[in-house]
Amino acid sequence: MAKRFIHGKTNPSSTVRRRRGAGVGAGAKPERMNRSIAPTAPAAVVRESAKVAPSARPVGMGLAFEQPILKLERQINELIALQEQKGIDYGSEITQLRGNLAALVKKTYDHLSAWETVQVARHPARPQTRDYIEMIVKDFEELHGDRRFADDPAVVTGTGRIAGHKIMLVGHQKGRDTKEKITCNFGCAHPEGYRKALLKMQLAAKFGLPVVSLIDTPGAYPGVGSEERGIAEAIAVNLREMSQLATPVVCVVIGEGGSGGALGLGVGDRLAIMQFAWYSVISPEGCSGILWKGSENAADAAEALKLTSSRLEQLGVVDEVISEPLGGAHRHPRGAAEAVERYIDRTLRRLKALPIPELLEQRYQRLRRQGEAALQEQG
Amino acid sequence: MIQNFTTTMTAPASRPARFVRPHRHVDVPEGLWLNCPGCNQIIYRKQMEERLHTCPLCRHHFRISARQRVNMLGDPGTFEEMDADLIATDILAFHARKSYHEQLQEARKTSQINDGVLTGRTFIKGRAVLLVAMDFQFLAGSMGAVVGEKITRGMERATRENLPLVIVSCSGGARMQEGAISLMQMAKTAAALGRFHRAGGLFISVLADPTTGGTTASFAMLGDFIFAEPKAMVGFAGPRTIANTIKMELPEGFQRAEFLLKKGFVDRIVPRDELRSTLARCIDYCGK
Repeated sequence: MAKRFIHGKTNPSSTVRRRRGAGVGAGAKPERMNRSIAPTAPAAVVRESAKVAPSARPVGMGLAFEQPILKLERQINELIALQEQKGIDYGSEITQLRGNLAALVKKTYDHLSAWETVQVARHPARPQTRDYIEMIVKDFEELHGDRRFADDPAVVTGTGRIAGHKIMLVGHQKGRDTKEKITCNFGCAHPEGYRKALLKMQLAAKFGLPVVSLIDTPGAYPGVGSEERGIAEAIAVNLREMSQLATPVVCVVIGEGGSGGALGLGVGDRLAIMQFAWYSVISPEGCSGILWKGSENAADAAEALKLTSSRLEQLGVVDEVISEPLGGAHRHPRGAAEAVERYIDRTLRRLKALPIPELLEQRYQRLRRQGEAALQEQG
Repeated sequence: MIQNFTTTMTAPASRPARFVRPHRHVDVPEGLWLNCPGCNQIIYRKQMEERLHTCPLCRHHFRISARQRVNMLGDPGTFEEMDADLIATDILAFHARKSYHEQLQEARKTSQINDGVLTGRTFIKGRAVLLVAMDFQFLAGSMGAVVGEKITRGMERATRENLPLVIVSCSGGARMQEGAISLMQMAKTAAALGRFHRAGGLFISVLADPTTGGTTASFAMLGDFIFAEPKAMVGFAGPRTIANTIKMELPEGFQRAEFLLKKGFVDRIVPRDELRSTLARCIDYCGK
């Protein structure tokens, strides 16, 4: 893949990755306006950016808590430019600054709050399903349509190979640039998306292909058409059928795991989550809107919902947390993709060794245990 | 997707908000009369209760508690409750404007049950069934670990004993205060239902006002038969969320039972006074 990321790299001679391509900064505003459950999401990016019309927006806006990192990166790049321009050797200064940068990135990302994690999961440069496909799926053949109503671009399905395993891939696609985002409804799938995924998964089960599901959605699409065509029914059927699919199913939350829309592709033998992804019953904005009566408390809600990877692992909701490269997947997409590939390879090896009845029994028991710790018999 | 809580708790559309617990008036004995939100007429409470909590004038179906539902549907005195002692622990130590712990205690007090659902075996016109009734009074009938577990145990018992399963849903969706754990209850119940389905079990899903969010998107939409009470609000996303997204007024009757019937997601709309006989007939037709 990397094509997309090379576009984003404004200075190819720099070894420091700069996430500031035009495609990166653009589109933050429409995304916020259209985000299904978060019509008034607080600033994910620096405030000023919201006041500028999308076309006139300066490039290179990072997340608020990333500003010191971006500043240091700029300094390094300026120094490199100066070095080239004037022929003076700033090698030792640059090395030192890079050391500082790495330390700063580590310190920042080691102590992200829940709300900051949500921002990282929504980072415009974070790799999405199609990026993972380009990076780790060989011979991907996309398959379209639910054969009932339409082809939903918010869900991508197709066959391919990951680490040598022939698989059926299903995943949400949020869209990279504004045009793609609108086509994909920002990753909010309609019933067609879930029905298409189910159809392809059943095809996979019929011919013994394992299913790999990449989850990245703010939630299922809340609209009239979506309700009319039975979004709830589509998700419900997926939950039931995925729990019984006679082939290994591995699910990975790569970005946002928003509610039923995420779960609709998320029932399987294993559920992993990327380090800076989130997964919960509702978006922080939605939760804030209901329990605080306004979306201003999204940060509090994010904290309260315990939606970060480490908390989910403690709660037994996810089986494994996939570590991201230093500073998050958006800084090193390839590193993130390799981590996902290794996880899928290792997990599929294990799951493929199990006879199907045993696999299904374990899958059922895995789901059956959910919530055990949150119960108590009144004494 | 529990956006629905607030909207459904306060208002089915433009109706007066306080019909569940009328305000105290100094000069009127409490609750003797009440205002029907369906026809906006003053009706005699006793008469309304005698008609299975429907308006004697316009047949508006009032929301009822799980206990009332169980008494109304089952043959008198036959309900054997399961897992009544199961209670929620506040595993996330969830705290919004109020703590979840406090909310739980209040809900237990006002609803007189331990969590948002009653499950157990009962008889409907002499036919043994596994009955599940959700209670909107308990945190909007939301599904957390307890509701998910009780329903799953009910499904598993119905599978073992080959009992028809009847679930009356009345719920705002998954319970936010339990985070991803409540979301997982959707998968758990759907998986248990998958096994029940494979074993040839009969599941009749009854949708009462309101059935939304994670409840609709899991077991409620998976019935062999799906019946809805008249005008029940049934949907996935809350109407306010949808209106905010599409920036338009929603069509009249959107997400009401009649709308779902028209769109093909409900088998029949069954008024409350016909529900018992309809259920009994279904069970007979399926040879259960």
